[in-house]
Amino acid sequence: MSGLPVTSDPASKSPAPANENQPPSAVRSFLLSRGNSAWSDRAFKWLMFICALSVFFIVALIAWQLILRSQLTISKFGLSFFFKSAWDPVSGDFGALPFIYGTLVSSLVALVIAVPLAVGVAVFLTEMCPKFLRGPLSFLTELLAAIPSVVYGLWAVFVLVPILREHVNPFLMKALGWTGLFAGPNFGIGILAAGVILAIMILPIISSLTREVMTAVPHSQREAVLALGATRWEMIRMGVLRNARIGIVGAIILGLGRALGETMAVTMVIGNRPEIVKSLLSLGYSMSSVIANEFSEASDDLYLSALIEIGLALFVVTIIVNALARVLVWAVTRGAPARVV
Amino acid sequence: MKKSTLLVAVFAVCSAVAGYAQKINGAGATFPYPIYSKWFNEYSAQHPGIQINYQPIGSGGGIRQVTSGTVDFGASDGPMSDEQLKASKVKIIHIPTVLGAVVPVYNIPGVSAELKFSPDVLADIYLGKITNWSDARIAKDNPGVKLPNTDIIVAHRSDGSGTTYIFTDYLSKVSNDWKNSVGRNTAVAWPKGIGGKGNEGVAGLVRQMPGAIGYVELIYALQNKIPYGYVKNAAGNWVKASIEGVTEAAASVKQMPADYRVSITNAPGKNAYPIASFTWLLIPTPAPNPENGKIIKDFLNWMLEHGESETSALYYAPLPESVAAKVKATIAQLK
Repeated sequence: MSGLPVTSDPASKSPAPANENQPPSAVRSFLLSRGNSAWSDRAFKWLMFICALSVFFIVALIAWQLILRSQLTISKFGLSFFFKSAWDPVSGDFGALPFIYGTLVSSLVALVIAVPLAVGVAVFLTEMCPKFLRGPLSFLTELLAAIPSVVYGLWAVFVLVPILREHVNPFLMKALGWTGLFAGPNFGIGILAAGVILAIMILPIISSLTREVMTAVPHSQREAVLALGATRWEMIRMGVLRNARIGIVGAIILGLGRALGETMAVTMVIGNRPEIVKSLLSLGYSMSSVIANEFSEASDDLYLSALIEIGLALFVVTIIVNALARVLVWAVTRGAPARVV
Repeated sequence: MKKSTLLVAVFAVCSAVAGYAQKINGAGATFPYPIYSKWFNEYSAQHPGIQINYQPIGSGGGIRQVTSGTVDFGASDGPMSDEQLKASKVKIIHIPTVLGAVVPVYNIPGVSAELKFSPDVLADIYLGKITNWSDARIAKDNPGVKLPNTDIIVAHRSDGSGTTYIFTDYLSKVSNDWKNSVGRNTAVAWPKGIGGKGNEGVAGLVRQMPGAIGYVELIYALQNKIPYGYVKNAAGNWVKASIEGVTEAAASVKQMPADYRVSITNAPGKNAYPIASFTWLLIPTPAPNPENGKIIKDFLNWMLEHGESETSALYYAPLPESVAAKVKATIAQLK
């Protein structure tokens, strides 16, 4: 019950008692007319159990196939495959490290940009948005989620990249060049561009889920914090965000999942160069991009096996990242007395 | 009620018609897909009851599918290697169909002249040895053109492709450095540069970035009216890619091997365009399904007689007559 908003609104009265003369309700008459239901209950239980098992089965099947079909590179390179920077289809020397790096760093950049923005959007929509704006704004955020990634990619190539190249990157190089994270050459495309486009793509997922979670925070919580003398911002911080934080972390994990696996838009702007350079303006490559790019024309077996092992790497990285996120959720929520965030 | 009966009837008729059609499945290269689909459509229209499906899944996929016997024929932009032929369950015959070429495109602010590239310069730009447009070696090939002091941004294909195979095959032939340090394949470890997906990706990079150079298929450049440069051929002439120049390159290959697995880059002909290649259909023989094999054989003859004359409308270079005559003899031997 605690998940539902409890309102003390006098307008919402409980429904009027049923009229004695009316025939029994549809549910009641169904329950009265059917015979013994023990078998259907049992069947239902097993059916649901099988549904749940199918998830295990699918994951196991994927892992098994990936391992099976990347046998060649696994036996040739062993674990070094994951720590090597070579990617040379001609001489048959493969390593996954630059791709893992590119995927992780571009996703991280995306999170750094998207999370504050998405939480801000959600806070505004649930707590302070005037009614007439709420509909259009939430519709627009959800519309962002419906745009196909190739459209994002095209937009990034023709709009975002020139803006980055001509305005944003020169500024970043001048202001933050000393960190080494924003060193030239300035192509416009690169890891930063990929991160920005990913941020836009995961924004709607994070913000709409965050909004759902925040709406589910009981009104009594808000009212209690306000009654103690908090300002509106303090109420949002202590009464809403604090109660919704598990859900918000969950939303971020889902967003991260999309960022890690995103292929099309990333490959259009990341530069497709398997290299590890500290600067975010430099070119990079991601795991899903290299699979999408090279799979169709990979004709020799070792090459194909290397690409499948990249898929395995992506699978493993996703699992590790998700596990880390779970640990984070656990750490955040473990014994949580009321305190100022 | 009536509507659903009608639907069932329509469905029945459709499946009955479809059931009559002799279906032939092929898969492979994307580069010749437009001309293949035109051919297959026309052939089907002229031969009712025959339906040829072609899936442009890429050369690698085409080779895998035809060698494992899941399709009736395959297609590839690069010839199969000896190991691949040995590993194949069925004997595979290469049939050249049309020719493609790769052209250098560039974007240099303030330069509207058509640039000339000698082979070693092209290789060294892609190797990262020539890094500025004002380099003396570029200037030497382009007297009278004022080249700016701009860094060269190298663009290449990020997806594995026949185009990359042709281009790197050419660079391997004209530059020992390239051959030893990079080599030829559908995707290579590029010493330098930005990857763009597809011809449109490379063309987009070049268009957007001042100082960029890239390579695209001749067909793509012609269809989109993208200006491209001259390349010096093996005979020492500057040639601008054209359909005739590509066909001449194929005609000037001195010894056409019996299995047609030949690279025609850097061909010796006087006007031959040097960065060109055949694309092949991969025909298993004897055909796993003899009836389909017979139709494929008939189609191949039709292709030589009718199909080849329609290629230039789609900017593909047709086979030279000498090669076509030879291919006809090979087709006759197909089982």
